[in-house]
Amino acid sequence: MELNNTKIIEMYKTMKRIREFETNASKLFAEGQIHGFVHLYIGEEAVATGVCANLREDDYITSTHRGHGHIIAKGGDVKYMMAELYGRQTGYCKGKGGSMHIADATKGIIGANGIVGAGQNIATGAGLSAKLRGTDQVCACFFGDGSTNQGTFHESLNLASIWRLPVVFVCENNLYGISMHQSRHQAIQDIADRAVAYNIPGVVVDGNDVFAVYEAANEAIERARNGQGPSLIECKTYRHHGHFEGDPAKYKPAEEVAEWMSKDPLPRLVNYMLDNNILSKEELNEIDRQINDEIKEAIKFAEESPWPPIESVVEDIYTDIVEEVEK
Amino acid sequence: MKNLSMMEAIREAMTKKMREDPTVFVMGEDVGAFGGCFGVTAGMFDEFGAERVRDTPISEGVIIGCAVGAAATGTRPIAELMFIDFATVGADQLVNQAAKMRYMVGGKIKLPMVVRLPLGAGTRAAAQHSQSLEAWLAHIPGLKVVYPSSPNDAYGLMLKAIEDDNPVIFLEHKLLYGIKGDVDENSKPIEFGKADVKREGKDLTVVATGKMVYEALNAAEELAKEGIEVEVIDPRTLFPFDKETLFNSVEKTNKLIIVTEENKRGSFAGEISAIVAEECFDNLDAPIIRVCSVNSPVPFSPVLEDYYVPNAGDIVKAAKKMF
Repeated sequence: MELNNTKIIEMYKTMKRIREFETNASKLFAEGQIHGFVHLYIGEEAVATGVCANLREDDYITSTHRGHGHIIAKGGDVKYMMAELYGRQTGYCKGKGGSMHIADATKGIIGANGIVGAGQNIATGAGLSAKLRGTDQVCACFFGDGSTNQGTFHESLNLASIWRLPVVFVCENNLYGISMHQSRHQAIQDIADRAVAYNIPGVVVDGNDVFAVYEAANEAIERARNGQGPSLIECKTYRHHGHFEGDPAKYKPAEEVAEWMSKDPLPRLVNYMLDNNILSKEELNEIDRQINDEIKEAIKFAEESPWPPIESVVEDIYTDIVEEVEK
Repeated sequence: MKNLSMMEAIREAMTKKMREDPTVFVMGEDVGAFGGCFGVTAGMFDEFGAERVRDTPISEGVIIGCAVGAAATGTRPIAELMFIDFATVGADQLVNQAAKMRYMVGGKIKLPMVVRLPLGAGTRAAAQHSQSLEAWLAHIPGLKVVYPSSPNDAYGLMLKAIEDDNPVIFLEHKLLYGIKGDVDENSKPIEFGKADVKREGKDLTVVATGKMVYEALNAAEELAKEGIEVEVIDPRTLFPFDKETLFNSVEKTNKLIIVTEENKRGSFAGEISAIVAEECFDNLDAPIIRVCSVNSPVPFSPVLEDYYVPNAGDIVKAAKKMF
């Protein structure tokens, strides 16, 4: 598939932005600046980037506990994301969501879910809504290999297939459900095989190759947009960190880590761009510097942002009722 | 004004809203041409077709989850589960998704959705098709819980439920589906959080929900023969809950009995009791009494099930302890 240089550079920027955001989040967590459960996307950047590069502003996504990458790829602003990690009033969720639930609803992000697999159900609803309203919007649903053992996976793919809903199910197979290797949590190697059970297309792609992801997503999204129903894309990838920050990931064999580090999606894209004269080393450094500054500014913005007022604890539960703040 | 059964009233309200607003639709198991497990959606398929009266597979989780996603993106789904007992299968989508999504995204998403849950004992359907689980639902911030006892209330509350921009749990007692009453089809939606005084009295307040409203009214007839004037209050919505009407009544009668069909332990009856004990204690002349079902699964045998559910006799017996 031919992609113009501008698009390739845009995808690089997205991947680099995710990597920088996550690297800083890791550092800030270790320093005690941010709290709670923080699940990082480092190593998986090509998936969200390759998929979302095909989506329109009015398309939907559902995200997961490991969602920072999805939000950035769908156009989220790192300032408001960082402020949310800090639990500040200026955060996307006014400090009510935190790392696991960052979402910018104005960009079609229907929540980032802390319940494994729950977004699959919700994605079918977005697809149904698009269909009933007669639009050609599409919903891309991100989830990990672990969630494909939840009932939601079966329920959602089944419903989407019988109703031919415009949903693209994107499995980020990073080889582990928390500490459990895929070979121990399911008896199949390719989750895409399960598409057969729903009579929908199922493809396996190299999830560390942003072009491969882009291409597969492009086809699936076009199918969905044209009323041809859902697809399942399995992206083989790897998370470089533990399940959450603080997990030393002792369950990962050193050889496996080494092998996957050599397939890191970012250097692969950098090398491709340099080898094909898509940009020069200087231009690359300039992009990196800008993104670095952007993240630094985001941290500064978060640190300087106010804490949410106590009264806000009972706001945003309902559209029209504020619960009593007195305990 | 029309004389309608509760089931017809619910159907008429849904039909009216579907005619007015093309984004309203119905989904659930066998709600289409089959007309729904209890017949509530009968005929709607003929008017609105398969797109808007959607049969789903037997997948309670995705029925509710699909409604959440559809509500978040510009439609107004009405999801039916056949029995409230099956809400446990879809509990994540109710408790963790529908109830919390708006809060967790900082108020930037609204979820105008209705989940209809038929409930209650008395159909000889045993323990997995007969429960009253309203306390679990009312416990969760983010949900509104509606429980009508008359056709007119069901009509007005359903109109409001569909118009509401928040997840609304609509409880329908199966044994009330056939009960008839006058419904003003031009009436306005009934606001949530407004109790209805079903009978006025000065000696004793009885708060009752669902089918228990009728047991309370029967008990009031009995007690009236003995000179005890009972005020029967139906809160109609458990959240938001109308404290004012209840407090005004207790101020007058100084005595309170709460009647619900739930297992007594952890019941919403307990919540009502706690509210009055905390905020209205000085107006009480006697300990509050809860008349609920026994703490057992709903039994099958007619003899056992009839004993299990509270009835007018149980209420009369409780009332007599207060005088």
